[in-house]
Amino acid sequence: MALEFEQPIIELEARIRELREYADAGGVDLSDEIGLLERKLEQLQRETFGRLSRWQRVQLARAPGRPTTLDIAQHVFEDFIELHGDRAFADDPAVVAGLARFRGRSVVIVGHQKGKTTKENIHRNFGMPHPEGYRKAMRMMDLADRFGFPLISLIDTPGAYPGVSAEERGQAWVIAQSIQRMGRLGVPAIAVILGEGGSGGALAIGVGNRVLIMENAWYSVISPESCAAILWRDAAQAEQAAEALKLTARDLRELGVVDRVVPEPGGGAHRHPERAMEELARALAEELAELEPLSPEELRKDRYRRFRGMGAVRVE
Amino acid sequence: MALDRLFRRRRTRGGGRDVPELWLKCPSCEAQIYKKDLEASLMVCPECGHHFRLDVEARVRLLADEGSFTVTTGSVHPEDPLEFTDIESYAERLARYQQQTGRPDAIYGGTCTVGGVPTLLLAMDYAFAGGSMGSVVGEEIARGAERAAAEGRAFVIVAASGGARMQEAALSLMQMAKTTMALDRLWAERLPYVSILTDPTTGGVTASFAALADVIFAEPGALIGFAGPRVIKQTIRQDLPEGFQRSEFLLQHGMLDRVVPRAELKAELARVLGLLHPEGVPPDGA
Repeated sequence: MALEFEQPIIELEARIRELREYADAGGVDLSDEIGLLERKLEQLQRETFGRLSRWQRVQLARAPGRPTTLDIAQHVFEDFIELHGDRAFADDPAVVAGLARFRGRSVVIVGHQKGKTTKENIHRNFGMPHPEGYRKAMRMMDLADRFGFPLISLIDTPGAYPGVSAEERGQAWVIAQSIQRMGRLGVPAIAVILGEGGSGGALAIGVGNRVLIMENAWYSVISPESCAAILWRDAAQAEQAAEALKLTARDLRELGVVDRVVPEPGGGAHRHPERAMEELARALAEELAELEPLSPEELRKDRYRRFRGMGAVRVE
Repeated sequence: MALDRLFRRRRTRGGGRDVPELWLKCPSCEAQIYKKDLEASLMVCPECGHHFRLDVEARVRLLADEGSFTVTTGSVHPEDPLEFTDIESYAERLARYQQQTGRPDAIYGGTCTVGGVPTLLLAMDYAFAGGSMGSVVGEEIARGAERAAAEGRAFVIVAASGGARMQEAALSLMQMAKTTMALDRLWAERLPYVSILTDPTTGGVTASFAALADVIFAEPGALIGFAGPRVIKQTIRQDLPEGFQRSEFLLQHGMLDRVVPRAELKAELARVLGLLHPEGVPPDGA
């Protein structure tokens, strides 16, 4: 299921594949032609992705095939062991967590989990956690703190689940508590927005010393559709809302909301997940190396400074 | 009482249409109430006890000890970092709300005593952009917590807000983390923080500082939650249970300490602050 603006790229890729097969089968040398098309492909990708609208980025951020928390747990980290449950009510499949190793050191991972198929997505509730998901996340924060391991949080949610049961069990309360718990960590915390960073449900695990974002991810206070439904009274104005919200990686870097944009390979992370994860691993290693020399108190102060300075005000 | 009610209703039918601003209809029991009577009863319906919204200055008069209040908010003004425009520009909306309320943004408060306890009291202003939290509200709350910690004051926030302010997008989201983390200044000094939830308190305000107090009060019948009822209804495509997301419902589900009628709010707040912050009460008990 390709996005409209991807179509010319996909067609050109197919053309190159065909030529290669033809060359291989017939023993003909077509390397000049293929090389030409490959350069054309590269240029097309650069042009297409260089002028994507914000709304197109939102669509990319949602594309199935992007690396999920479980993909990253298995490919960026080693020896991942998933840990389950909130010790109070249930295990929330929309949040996965566990212990793993990253370049020799133990780490704790927690992240939203979307499915890749409709069936999986229903099981994962489309990555929208209930309160038990945030309680599981808080357990992981405590675990990291107790053993002095870095916490890596991976954000990919349209938002916390808006339902009766979630409200009854204190959705707002657990999000607030999770923000607080993460803010208090005495260990390095790095948050990465993988795809969708929808509102408080994302921020609950987003209080990192460093906040990274994948190049085609979005992060804001509300989804463009909901914003349009409220401000324009028409969800169909989502494209305009996406523009107004300035929710892309580049926008957020300019606003100081994120510290680093992790580049995605040409064509996007959903088409080349392995290469995207290599870039992410590199970024994580560099950021961790900077944070690890800091003491628990310095890490808390660093996080306080980072978030205390957020916002745009004029003092008279 | 019944006779009085009958009388009152008749009187309304006679003159209500000509001078509508003098009379208000209670949305709960539909009684016509003379506005002066309503104000005298702290904006609580004398018939059914429905709590109307209370403006921020009246709120401060209700809670602060008489003559003790000094305003500290007002010097922090909003910007329009995203140059946000929907069907109206954010700059225009801000100017309109500022003109209507006479304040730079959706929060008002200052230092005072409550039952003698030195306090920093903040009230969110629903009349300003639905009490939404943008950078200014976040900044005033963070400054408030830091000042309370520095001066040994209790911290009290009266919440009334639809949530984070959409027109500041990701920056308003960040206020949830900023306000939450600033509260730790009070923890460090062992100073009390009491949150008073009023109608309505939803979204990013509930999901940050408002839910993290040592003691949480709510006014009766207030809408309190994370997602708004309309959004939930759209998501689940079912009718919502009776009393869903109202104060009493939240008390039942363990999210609040007490539902306190407005007439008793000052006394209850003073009692709790006196118990949590006994060293704050002057020896003469003033």
